[in-house]
Amino acid sequence: MSPTILLLLALGLGLAGWLAARARAWTFRRASPDGRISSLPTYHAWYVALWVTLPVLAFITLWSAISPGLIIQSVLADPAAAELPAFGFQRDALLNEARNVATGAAPAVFNPKATALIQPYRDAISFYGGIGIAATLVIAFLAGAWAFLRLKPDFAARSKVERIVMTILLCASLVAILTTLGILASLVFETVRFFGMVSPIDFLFGTHWGPDPMARAAAVDGSRYGAIPLFWGTIFIGAIIAMIVAIPLGLMSAIYLTQYADPRLRAWIKPALEILAGVPTVVYGYFAALTIAPAIRDLALAMGVSNPSSESALAAGLVMGVMIIPFVSSMADDSIAAVPQAMRDGSLAMGATTSETIRRVLVPAALPGIVAGVMLAISRAIGETMIVVMAASTAANLTANPLEAMTTVTVQIVAMLTGEGSFDHPATLSAFALGFVLFMVTLGLNFVALRVVKRFREAYE
Amino acid sequence: MNERVAPTRTASFEARLQKRYAAERRFKAVGLGAILFSVAVLLFLLATMTFNGIGGFQRVEMDVPIDFTQAGIAADPTMMTQSGAANSLQAQGLSEVVSFYASQALGDEAAAEIGPDAWRDVAAAIIADPSILRETVTFSLPTSADLASGYSGEGSAEMQTLAQKLADEGKLAKNFDPGFLGRSDATNPQQVGIWGALKGSMLTMLVTLLMAFPIGVLAALYLEEYAPRNRWTDLIEVSINNLAAVPSIIFGLLGLAVFLTIFPSYRSAPLIGGLTLALMTMPVIVISGRNAIKAVPPSIRDGALAIGASPVQVVFHHVLPLALPGILTGTIIGMARALGETAPLLMIGMRAFVSTPPDGLTSPATVLPVQIFLWSDEIDRGFVERTSAAIIVLLLFLLVMNGLAIYLRNKFEKKW
Repeated sequence: MSPTILLLLALGLGLAGWLAARARAWTFRRASPDGRISSLPTYHAWYVALWVTLPVLAFITLWSAISPGLIIQSVLADPAAAELPAFGFQRDALLNEARNVATGAAPAVFNPKATALIQPYRDAISFYGGIGIAATLVIAFLAGAWAFLRLKPDFAARSKVERIVMTILLCASLVAILTTLGILASLVFETVRFFGMVSPIDFLFGTHWGPDPMARAAAVDGSRYGAIPLFWGTIFIGAIIAMIVAIPLGLMSAIYLTQYADPRLRAWIKPALEILAGVPTVVYGYFAALTIAPAIRDLALAMGVSNPSSESALAAGLVMGVMIIPFVSSMADDSIAAVPQAMRDGSLAMGATTSETIRRVLVPAALPGIVAGVMLAISRAIGETMIVVMAASTAANLTANPLEAMTTVTVQIVAMLTGEGSFDHPATLSAFALGFVLFMVTLGLNFVALRVVKRFREAYE
Repeated sequence: MNERVAPTRTASFEARLQKRYAAERRFKAVGLGAILFSVAVLLFLLATMTFNGIGGFQRVEMDVPIDFTQAGIAADPTMMTQSGAANSLQAQGLSEVVSFYASQALGDEAAAEIGPDAWRDVAAAIIADPSILRETVTFSLPTSADLASGYSGEGSAEMQTLAQKLADEGKLAKNFDPGFLGRSDATNPQQVGIWGALKGSMLTMLVTLLMAFPIGVLAALYLEEYAPRNRWTDLIEVSINNLAAVPSIIFGLLGLAVFLTIFPSYRSAPLIGGLTLALMTMPVIVISGRNAIKAVPPSIRDGALAIGASPVQVVFHHVLPLALPGILTGTIIGMARALGETAPLLMIGMRAFVSTPPDGLTSPATVLPVQIFLWSDEIDRGFVERTSAAIIVLLLFLLVMNGLAIYLRNKFEKKW
């Protein structure tokens, strides 16, 4: 049974409970001598509606998670499934085909072997779908009846509802912690599995990266999992080339916009820079691959470089730098604006020109904020995926030549997880180890940067 | 004693001053240059995409009149409303009919270059209006990718001469292709469209909105209005701020490891994509929501409390409605970011070739940025234009969303 239908069912039942409870509360109200009951009828209604909807939603989430497994179990128990290959890719494909036909997603099967499975699948789906709906109805009825029977003229529905609402609010804010924990847990879990096959020393300090997703998982060659070239590529593209573009341009844009620009010009330029930040990275990636990389290659040829690579670190880094400009610029803008006007006036009164004031007074005073902004920008650049996936290459190269092909951590994560390897192969798991390193590094950069910004903001108040 | 000392502006002083002024002018020019460079790159990017993309909304077509009265195709009205309608027409030999009339009109050599999927256009027209089976209708059918590249002066020499000959006879032309917005992915660049990806994007965004908006707003309300100042609250705040800056690909890894483990059969479905993006968007909504809630003046809360409202009533009856425009602005910006996001969706498998638009939250789908990524990998030259055209559509969508956010901000901006 599709989750959408169950969801609509839950909301419909909740609405029914709402209406019933409100009608009930109105009868109390009419019956009461002074026309008053302890809570408004709406609160009675919400009380019952919440009691119906929340358990049902919890059940639906659980059921959508376990019912596909149960369906497959019962299909496999069918005699028609005995001819299936024991396990592996082909079996999954056959099961998928049969399921698609059974649910009406596909008109017919390609593989005749799957035909026999369609009917068991249909039966299982309708059987477990029926169970799901029946259980939904039973749960809704029981919870609703329990809540409904508690309604009385002097029932404090409002405080009950408010307690439920407060719990919901608390749960909503806990989602952030759960997400962080989920990220950490999934990364750590898979990373530990990876380190069970490849030693962390090989991974962190090896200089040769060439995982073979087709190799047998048992015979892992740890020396092929040296991630130093990836770390170097990431730093070279994201923290060096991109920052050489982004820091001067972003900083000078911020200085010009805050110190020199006419307010009317500022009103046009600032949104334009924000557009630069809002362009999806896949568009930048396409731009880099289609326009910038060939241009750089031609330029290199014209300058006499023999056989330059068509996928260069320079192309990815330049475009990434452009993407980061508005980010650096707005951080620098904020921290320059936070420098007290008195400092600027004092410098100008001493006879310094505007540019001298900016260079000798404003920028040094705003430096912590600017540095923090740069750190956040670096963290964003090294976590950036699509530009490097499309414009850098997958060849790991340990070189300082920006015209060479280079690869980054994010490119390898995508490459490892969109390949053909199975999920318990070290090549696939290495993506999680790389993700873990990336997460820890960006977390560290963000944490320090946010701290610096916080302290710096208070410095002049 | 009363002698006034004349200001001494020695020659070296003057020279120094000139130097300082020159430095000042240079500095200012560098600043202006930095801005102009950024804007120029933006304009260059947009111009490249527009220039390439205009052609993507067109395709090379040949006119083929089809006399259905002779073709012997039957359209059973009940069959035509079902999903397999195109297949039933195909089973009746529609593609042979199309190639027969193509040979009649254009000659064998040109008819061979009618796109292999061209009959689908005819089938779609029949399904839309079965009454055309009683008349002769002229269709503009897409050519093969080879002939299309021949028409634009690329590809093999014989295709170029063939294209030249047909164009001279007025049989081959590059026309605006309204179907680009209505079809889905295909292997032939002449036959692709973005409706499948667009619909996938919308379904994914729907899930993201339904998950991220309530959770984000409720979390913002809790943190801003009720949360006690303690370690737990600090922990929640730190994790929200950090999540807002975590690389998006990490969310893809999370979706892969958690959601696809729990729901393995919904691989590459908008449901899973939407959930993954919701976790990414939620912190953005919380942060902007808290700012909007903070901007509501305390006197409103005090007034409501003073006439006997409970803390929950104060927030839901007074604070939330007043903060809603600000929250909506932040939500739209967060959604715009999620709409352009590609990497996490690649991780959870939304990169498959999907040639039919998704018909629900759990059917396989792709989204617009992923479609752009997939097309950018195609070797066929025809895909370059199509990719840029898809980029134009994506950018227009983002422009509309951001415009809406700015409009809301201006309309509801309040000074208390």
